Amino acid sequence: MSQETILIGLAGVLASASPLIFAVIGETLSERAGVINLSMNGTILLAAMGGFAVAYTTDNIVLGFLGGMLIGALVALVVAFASITLQQSQVAVGFVLALTCRDLSYFLGNPYMGLPGPRLQALPIPVLSDIPVIGQLFFRHDVITYISFIAIFLAWLWIFRTRPGLMLQGIGEKPAAAYIRGANVNVMRYVYTIIGGALIGLAGPAFSLATRAGWMGTISGLDGFGWIALSITIFGGWNPVRGALGAYLFAFLQWLGLVLQPVLTQVPSQVLQVAPFPLMILTLLLVNIGNAEWVERTLAAMPESARKIFSKILRAMRTSPPAALGVPFERD
Amino acid sequence: MIKDRFGNLAYQLAALLLAFGVVSLILISVDASPSETYKNIFKGSFGEMRKFAEVLVAFVPLLLVTAGLLVTFSSGLWNIGVEGQVVLGAIATTWVYRLLLESGLPPGLIIALAILGGMVGGAIWAALAGILKVFGGVNEIFGGLGLNFVSTALTIYLIFGPWKRPGVASMSGTVPFPDEFSLPLLANLRISPWALVIAFVGIVVIYFLLQGTYFGLRLKAVGKNFRAAYLLGIPTWQYAMYSFLICGALAGAAGAVQVAAVYHRLIPSISSGYGYLGLMVAMLINYQALWAVPVALFFAALNIGSIQLPIVMKLDSSLSGVLQGVLVLFVLLAAGVRQKFGRKAQ
Repeated sequence: MSQETILIGLAGVLASASPLIFAVIGETLSERAGVINLSMNGTILLAAMGGFAVAYTTDNIVLGFLGGMLIGALVALVVAFASITLQQSQVAVGFVLALTCRDLSYFLGNPYMGLPGPRLQALPIPVLSDIPVIGQLFFRHDVITYISFIAIFLAWLWIFRTRPGLMLQGIGEKPAAAYIRGANVNVMRYVYTIIGGALIGLAGPAFSLATRAGWMGTISGLDGFGWIALSITIFGGWNPVRGALGAYLFAFLQWLGLVLQPVLTQVPSQVLQVAPFPLMILTLLLVNIGNAEWVERTLAAMPESARKIFSKILRAMRTSPPAALGVPFERD
Repeated sequence: MIKDRFGNLAYQLAALLLAFGVVSLILISVDASPSETYKNIFKGSFGEMRKFAEVLVAFVPLLLVTAGLLVTFSSGLWNIGVEGQVVLGAIATTWVYRLLLESGLPPGLIIALAILGGMVGGAIWAALAGILKVFGGVNEIFGGLGLNFVSTALTIYLIFGPWKRPGVASMSGTVPFPDEFSLPLLANLRISPWALVIAFVGIVVIYFLLQGTYFGLRLKAVGKNFRAAYLLGIPTWQYAMYSFLICGALAGAAGAVQVAAVYHRLIPSISSGYGYLGLMVAMLINYQALWAVPVALFFAALNIGSIQLPIVMKLDSSLSGVLQGVLVLFVLLAAGVRQKFGRKAQ
């Protein structure tokens, strides 16, 4: 394979990961605030369909993206209302919404199936796109891919380098302490869940108006991405940068499956396409195993030198969810 | 207590009405007549004996999956991997068939072994989610979801790889086995009375297991308060594993029935989403085994009744999923409203 083909392939990986990146950042913000938005798989499909339908009807691609974000925000509002105000199980409500929104997207999207719709065009950045290698990789994308690059950085900056971001970490880790410091925990949770939902919704049109333009109903191949984004959020340890790396890794593995297909002819192509999933479980296992009780016991029983090495490795991989994730907050 | 029940029923009725109201609005928004649609769904499910038999065909795996999920929910586990456990049940059943078809054993014995194999297959897949949870610290929701994807990949690999039809492999599945090796059907209908028997035995066993045994009581103790149960001396992680195994076996039975009584082969979408639908049923009945039968039947009727919607009304058949989802959503919300505002009013 020539260098040119590889570069185009890798640039494609960066672009095709952009919907996942929005979804992962959205989920990260929501979970950082203490609310799991499990509806993601359905939300993305509904936003993909809705965004496409809006862009098709109005012939305005920007309205399409905004429509997708609005859908994501509205679904998140239901999750927030059920879990924060009514204190119902976030998992139950999110799961029901995941299935319902998926079926709703197929039902309402029926008239838009297979229609030729608008699609975001590539917008090479002058000068920068002429830099060898780097220009090809990073500066010949469409607008939404550039926004995904910026979003990673902004989300990281917001969570780890600003005062409101510190407060956000607080309401997810120790809501009672954040409340004493003056944070209105439940209002903040509403706000972050809805903003996170809007970002998750953005993933929809990022598929249907850009990377996988069009709406094809059940054969759109978008069913499942929401669950992937959920695993990547955990893999990323609720850190936007690490989460983005997870999304790129996933997109890279999918591309690799495509590239290797002619070489591995005895493996059916459908298997290569799902190959990243078992790897995802494996990584989840690696980042979680440090939390298991028997690991701690085994470590304690090890000789001093071995224990140091093993616990260092485990700690480097390990991620722990925000302490108050899924726990309702009541001030009394 | 009686008043409480009545209050609960009022909230659930309100949720039911609201759900139908919302779905009617959705239908009106796409220029479809709600009454016409509901009538067609009813006609498509209970209108003829042949269609009602189809409803029962869908009802069997749904009831089995729901029965299994009642066990994992009792012990506080969200076994979302149930979908993959159905698939593995189907794979294991097909595997046993392939091993024994030429063995000369009586067909009845082969069928029994194949279904048993399916139950073991489902239980093994559930045990994987359990091991990931108990020994790997991986939340059962994420482990289960991952395993669901793997099970789909495994099915497709087998259909296109080692188990492919002679000549060309295709999405239509593996080679069907001869009729005498499938569960006998009722005359001219697609439903097997044996499949119904398996499903009812499943739910009855689970009902008594949860309501009438010490095991069920301890299981619920683990679900209600993991830490307290541990301190009381209940071997908590063993009980978590037991509930995974029981649920997996029942889900596996659902997959086995799909192979042994419905498709007579392994097909790519062998589970048809019954695992996820079972989760919805379990939530809707608030984890009460007594309600599993009517609600599973209702959900199966919605699924079958909406199949003809694309032909008679040009509506997508996913409407059944929307109706089921909106219904469960409103019941959950109603329970929340009742807990939050109902008590204050009293």
